[in-house]
Amino acid sequence: MTTTLIPPADPRQVDLAGKGQPLADKTFRWILFVCLAVGVVFLGILLAYVTIKGWPRLTPTLWENMPSLRRPEQAGAQSAITGTLWVIGFTALFALPIGFLGAVYMEEYANPSSRFTRFVEINIQNLAAVPSIVYGILGLAIFARALALGQTVITAGLTLALLVLPVIIVSTREALRAVPQNIRHGSLALGATLWQTTWRQTMPAAVPGMATGTILALSRAIGEAAPLLLLGAVTFISFNPTGPFSAYTTLPIQIYNWTKESREEFQILASATIVLLLVILLAMNAVAILIRNRTQKRW
Amino acid sequence: MSDIHDSAAPQSTNDLANTGRMDVSAVLEGAEIPETVSNIVFDLNNVQVFYGDFQAVRDVTMQIGRNEITAFIGPSGCGKSTLLRSFNRMNDLIPGARVEGLLAYHGFDIYGPGVDPIEVRRRIGMVFQKPNVFPKSIYENVAYGPKVNGMKVNMDDLVEECLTKAALWDEVKDDLKKSAYALSGGQQQRLVIARCIAVKPEVILMDEPCASLDPIATAKIEDLMKELAKDYTIVIVTHNMQQAARVSERTAFFTADVDAEGVRHGRLVEYGPTRRIFTAPHDPRTEDYISGRFG
Repeated sequence: MTTTLIPPADPRQVDLAGKGQPLADKTFRWILFVCLAVGVVFLGILLAYVTIKGWPRLTPTLWENMPSLRRPEQAGAQSAITGTLWVIGFTALFALPIGFLGAVYMEEYANPSSRFTRFVEINIQNLAAVPSIVYGILGLAIFARALALGQTVITAGLTLALLVLPVIIVSTREALRAVPQNIRHGSLALGATLWQTTWRQTMPAAVPGMATGTILALSRAIGEAAPLLLLGAVTFISFNPTGPFSAYTTLPIQIYNWTKESREEFQILASATIVLLLVILLAMNAVAILIRNRTQKRW
Repeated sequence: MSDIHDSAAPQSTNDLANTGRMDVSAVLEGAEIPETVSNIVFDLNNVQVFYGDFQAVRDVTMQIGRNEITAFIGPSGCGKSTLLRSFNRMNDLIPGARVEGLLAYHGFDIYGPGVDPIEVRRRIGMVFQKPNVFPKSIYENVAYGPKVNGMKVNMDDLVEECLTKAALWDEVKDDLKKSAYALSGGQQQRLVIARCIAVKPEVILMDEPCASLDPIATAKIEDLMKELAKDYTIVIVTHNMQQAARVSERTAFFTADVDAEGVRHGRLVEYGPTRRIFTAPHDPRTEDYISGRFG
């Protein structure tokens, strides 16, 4: 044993080449790479397929014209774009304040070890995993029927707000938790109330995280079709929504409607609209990343 | 939070870093002060601090004098920071923390019914170990306290006054709109002190204010403390015994008892004028600690 502790007598005998990377290491590295590649490759194929197929219709008529069943070569998705904007606007209007304030309560006010808090916490996480069609059924029963809001923009907004609320609460809580505790303590030690501390220190410091989480949640809502199928978006709409109680359609629903048609022109149109939807989603994610990079804080 | 509970956690080696035969010449300057405190700000009577079932500090009885600097020294885990944080009810923020015994501020029980912790903290400010400036401009850092307390003052004047008192004005007067994060660690800590005095407290509690600073920044903070002691009452927790000897009028030595179950409880061993504590301690444990024979 003791011999290993003695440095080699001749420094030239030291061999630092080693045995090279073990086979298990290499294999594992390749397995990891293949797993990643599977996801990326299929996404790439999908993107290439819809872009190539929809290319002829990726013209301004796509967002300038209204849908038409008789002339697919002229039809566009304008009512679906404006419908999406209306619906997502109402989703944000309902989901953001409730989500932010609910998260603030959970993170800043509630006693983290109380049974009630833990119960709510677990259930919020469960809610985030509930299939979106279930929210559609809920929206149909409560907003459309019980509250007699009908199959309108506001019903869709409320339903999608419920759908993304758990995601917003969870991401806002994470953003608040990332604010160092000593900033809260510094504020409280000056005689600030918990409300002042939260409103003037913790929340402003958490804004970047809250913004990115919010945008990602809303982009999920934009791509959502299932709950809206139950909420009246399926009907053929060739006019822009005029207000919260207007009928509407959205991009995913429009895509769904067109893919059901047998004529090839509709398939091309659907592909072009998918590209449009993807561009909107990518743009929203880009904004989220931009906000995160711009406002990165060092504590 | 959990590090307070965890008695098995590795203790800082910082405690003993400055020991050895320590130079006590610093305590020999100035006039001798009497053993008893005459102008009492804090009067502690059998104060005990608990975290749930765990007793972190037991039976502390002492008086803290007005416009004096009182230093709390002792090894890690002896409860000195815990005790300091109970002076302005910052311990309330830790779930399960409670204080027993009487902790009186000018004769008023800080933990009495009807006492608003917000009001306590406004009068008894605190400077933390790590400079915790707000992610805002230098100006807004100082103006924050007066704003949230609804003080009707000329804010520009107040900011200048506080930064001047904290010996920072000359360094930052042209950069008031800059982020406080642009300052060095020592400057940030002086900004925190400026922020603290902006709400016009009577007492400033300092929890190892120089622990993360280099010796030059430390010297500046120490000079500042002595200057501030003319107007404020300062209680400082420090691991640096030289610092206690240099700045404080009185020193309290705490240590941790280990009970039969191996749990550490902090207790006050000896309290008196700093010169006496460092030159002629009554308790052998104090003697051992200040001469580096501790542990």
